[in-house]
Amino acid sequence: MQIQEVTVLNETGIHARPASLFVKAAGKFKSDVFVIKADKEINAKSIVGVMAGGITQGTTVKIKAEGEDEVKAVAELVQMIKDRFDE
Amino acid sequence: MFIKEGIIAAPGIAIARALIYEKADVKVSADHYEDSDAEIKKFKQALDKSQSQLEEIRLKTVSELGKEEAAIFEAHEMILQDPEFVESVRAEIADNKVGAAYAVQIVTDRLVILFEQMNDPYFSARAADVKDVGNRVRNNILGIVRADLSKLKEDVIIIADDLAPSDTALMDKRKVRGFATNIGSRTSHTAIMARSLEIPAVLGLSDIDQKVNTGEMIILDGLNGRVTVNPDRYQIKEAEEDQRKYQAHLKELERIKDLEAITLDGHQVELVGNIGEPADIQGVLKNGGTGIGLYRTEFLYMNSDTMPGEDKQMAAYRSVLEAFPDGPVIIRTMDIGGDKKLPYLPLDDELNPFLGLRAIRLCFKEIKLLKTQLRAILRASVYGNAYIMFPMISNVDEVRQAKKILAACMAELDALQIAYRKDVKVGVMIEIPSAAITADIIAKEVDFFSIGTNDLCQYTIAVDRMNQAVSYLYDPFNPAILRLVKQVIQASENQPGLFTGMCGEMAGDPLATLLLLGLGLHEFSMSALSIPQVKKIIRNVRYQDAKKIAAEALTLETGVAVMAHVLESMKKLKIEI
Repeated sequence: MQIQEVTVLNETGIHARPASLFVKAAGKFKSDVFVIKADKEINAKSIVGVMAGGITQGTTVKIKAEGEDEVKAVAELVQMIKDRFDE
Repeated sequence: MFIKEGIIAAPGIAIARALIYEKADVKVSADHYEDSDAEIKKFKQALDKSQSQLEEIRLKTVSELGKEEAAIFEAHEMILQDPEFVESVRAEIADNKVGAAYAVQIVTDRLVILFEQMNDPYFSARAADVKDVGNRVRNNILGIVRADLSKLKEDVIIIADDLAPSDTALMDKRKVRGFATNIGSRTSHTAIMARSLEIPAVLGLSDIDQKVNTGEMIILDGLNGRVTVNPDRYQIKEAEEDQRKYQAHLKELERIKDLEAITLDGHQVELVGNIGEPADIQGVLKNGGTGIGLYRTEFLYMNSDTMPGEDKQMAAYRSVLEAFPDGPVIIRTMDIGGDKKLPYLPLDDELNPFLGLRAIRLCFKEIKLLKTQLRAILRASVYGNAYIMFPMISNVDEVRQAKKILAACMAELDALQIAYRKDVKVGVMIEIPSAAITADIIAKEVDFFSIGTNDLCQYTIAVDRMNQAVSYLYDPFNPAILRLVKQVIQASENQPGLFTGMCGEMAGDPLATLLLLGLGLHEFSMSALSIPQVKKIIRNVRYQDAKKIAAEALTLETGVAVMAHVLESMKKLKIEI
């Protein structure tokens, strides 16, 4: 299992366009991927779950992955958030 | 025969037979189903079927309209495959022993409410997507087959409760003559789509799907928001005549769209548009507007859950500036306060909000807010011809203070070596009588004036036009208003390089065009749809005549007399509106 903490910096948070980019990216991996916000696990491959997660600017979340490509999954998704979804 | 009235969503007149596409309320029973596995299997099969339908719609949309338009169906497919959605439905079937269709229905309803509650236009739109996908899966479970809009044999007017993008993507646009729906507004999907395809539409007809049968004759009047069901022969004849007139009108507008707003004797003015959002640009371009005379930036703030940041604002301003490489884009700094509140900026309740802390007054209290906006405008200024306009100015000191803050923003950008147009124009909105009366003093500090007639009338005549008991007093033709307009224009004429525009409703009122032209107004800013009409008047009059008409109007005693004088003058000049 891989897990890493990251703070959401972009203006809209993981909302709208960023949410769809994020879920698409998560969907590429074979591992199970989750966003953990205040102990609540959200399936990162679920657009419904991620959008309903209320992950706004300034929220600190953990990205967790479990599976054969878990290292790559966590690294790539954390980087996406750090890059502010190129907003 | 009967007539129903609804919301005008797309103009035009259609005469054709009705096709009921979908009735509201598909009833799904909450019966007990013991065999959960069979229901789950039904659900999975419906998912597969929905998937292939959506794929077909997406591919067709890509080939017909392009990738961008098709992105919405990709989002639909994502919802269809969403683990939360699929798992919730499965759990509902297994745990509560309900049928597949019922399970889909309640999970969809739950998600729709969840998205709607987020109180954000983006999510409200997603709620519609979820509903659309949910209905599709449900219909596939129930074996409901809707009319195939891609294979229509004759011209039809489509009747439905509401229409979603997936309903309209495949339709045969040559056969669809109009839309009439129960629900919807000017900004709903059906309205936007109908306007872009130029197919007339009347929405918000509440129960049209129950009142009409497929095959019945309909006149759909998208100019007056009226639907006539089973019309008689005379009504059809009349509608055909209206159709011809409307076509001739469109042709005339098309003819003058790209012509200059110039009088018979060669005096040129500028006709530009009022917008609230970058999306409104299309209408301005389509109607021949050469720039933007009023960009109401407060919608950026009002359509957001949090304070819009500098980057987001700059992107919005840039998109407007880039649409008008040659024309001016007047960006008004936010006018919040009064009747416009923000969820994230608490303001005290005021006894007299329109005389209180609003617009530039609020900005002086919340300087950080104003500076964010000014920096965003400055950064965007390199992409076009940006004009900055400060609203609710009452005296010259406020202009100086606003300019000082602007200078500070420029210094901040200089320090960061961020580019901006140093020659960006600065002006003020003239909407408070004290500013109009001292326009000659303010003129020395600015590059332009823009007269906001709505507030100028309200403040000058001391009348709330929303108050029906006194709204009769509200009259832009009141001699007091004409004198103030005259005074402001004169102040700008005495100051080289200064110009006066107008962005209130009066600027787009065809009855006011001759007066304003004759008073020497340089720039007329109005809602996009008014532009062709005003241009037509300007192109059919001599500036010398307009001047005489305006001079005469200034000698009259009442608004009614001014109006009568204008009507008579237009008749004499054979100008029709």
